[in-house]
Amino acid sequence: MQNKHLSSQFDGDLSQACAQLLEMGGLVEMQIRRAVAILAQASLSLAEEIFTTEIRVDALEVAIDHTLSSVIARRQPAARDLRLLLAISKITTNLERAGDEAKKIARKIKFIVGNDNHAARTMPIGDLRLASNLAADLIHRALDAFARLDMQAAIAILKEDDLIDREFQGFVHKLVAYMMEDPRVIGAGLDLLFIAKAVERIGDHAKNIAEYVIYIIWGADVRHRPLAEIEAALQGNPANPPENLS
Amino acid sequence: MTIMTTITTNTQTNGLPPVKMSVRDLNFYYGKFHALKNIHLDIPANRVTAFIGPSGCGKSTLLRTFNRMYELYPDQRAEGEILVDGENLLTSKQDVALIRARIGMVFQKPTPFPMSIFDNIAFGVKLFEKLSLIDLEERVEWALKKAALWEEVKDKLHQSGASLSGGQQQRLCIARGIAIRPELMLFDEPCSALDPISTARIEELIAELKKDYTVVIVTHNMQQAARCSDYTAYMYLGDLVEFGETEQMFLKPSCPATEDYITGRFG
Repeated sequence: MQNKHLSSQFDGDLSQACAQLLEMGGLVEMQIRRAVAILAQASLSLAEEIFTTEIRVDALEVAIDHTLSSVIARRQPAARDLRLLLAISKITTNLERAGDEAKKIARKIKFIVGNDNHAARTMPIGDLRLASNLAADLIHRALDAFARLDMQAAIAILKEDDLIDREFQGFVHKLVAYMMEDPRVIGAGLDLLFIAKAVERIGDHAKNIAEYVIYIIWGADVRHRPLAEIEAALQGNPANPPENLS
Repeated sequence: MTIMTTITTNTQTNGLPPVKMSVRDLNFYYGKFHALKNIHLDIPANRVTAFIGPSGCGKSTLLRTFNRMYELYPDQRAEGEILVDGENLLTSKQDVALIRARIGMVFQKPTPFPMSIFDNIAFGVKLFEKLSLIDLEERVEWALKKAALWEEVKDKLHQSGASLSGGQQQRLCIARGIAIRPELMLFDEPCSALDPISTARIEELIAELKKDYTVVIVTHNMQQAARCSDYTAYMYLGDLVEFGETEQMFLKPSCPATEDYITGRFG
């Protein structure tokens, strides 16, 4: 399969869209890493940086949409070019929302620190740190899978999102136990539940990005499909997805 | 480049539209040049099938075998089978003019006869049917309405066909083709000489025509194939590389060679 178009301008347009997406991805990843660091250090200066980065992320989201609409209008892309542009559009939305989740975490920590909520510090925040690191790694790896169009890496992310979901469930059970034991920590428990949910959502966005990477490479829409079904279909025909998946 | 031939066979049994024309092991030669190589496909009835591919790939040659148009030229021969309703058109004893009446053709450039708009359409009808003047007038009106030209020419039916614009002339040729009620209509790059408005009208017309006819179109314009066909075939160097539903072909073709061509990476 050829990589370059006869029109080098078309190649340039697609490269620009990919580069903008990766730049946006880098910023969102930085937001998430900072949110993870805030969880560890409760440093409010990092929270401010997350809010500032948000402005650049939003601007890139608009710029990517403009690039995409321009390429679609002028080039009428088909097949893998069309899939790439559709996927970039969807991934952009997911990245922007993942950045929002990082912002929510920062805001909530700011609220907890601002209120000098000691009860929250007695809660199992360490567990949350593990899950949030995992979520940040997944976003990084999802972007890497996109940059390399790496099918195996994308499949691995689908598997690992389940791990974050399990961590989240485990954390919720723990929180409930804490809150049942001491109703005075219910307020702090709900704050942490809010943070845990944001972490879990970041993992979901990484998973969504991985699904769009599979769509670009394989041409199959694997959203809302069981992982086992995807893996079996992929093993059956790595080049082309079966009809029920395409 | 490795070329993989992927053919989707459409039959009534698997819920797909019935087959109007079956091409089996078709080979075509211009003298010693082997222009079509073992073509094997089914053209679905009441659907639009588009043939795409680079210049010289054989798509127009294939179209010209469907109504034996190639027989007009010496040293051109076709081998294999083109079955319509079970009859092999290539060996049929039927008058070739009757075959071309069953399988109409519209060419790249509009070719109105040097006669009035009315006679352009009535001429072909009179060759195959004996109609009263009233019936003939009705047929001409019906064909012009089908070709979405009636409103524009109803007050000047006896003016020369050449007085019409390029787009109108092409629709006149389509009206002329459908006036004799063919079973299939073949379009060989019907819009390549037309402006975008006339092109849009012809494409709209093709979408209308498929209700009554099986339509086959050869086009260099891939967006046109994507817009107005239900099935698309990609040809290269006389081979049928891939044939399938248009949506699938333009979103995720099975063959890398097809994907390279339709995404503009070919070459």
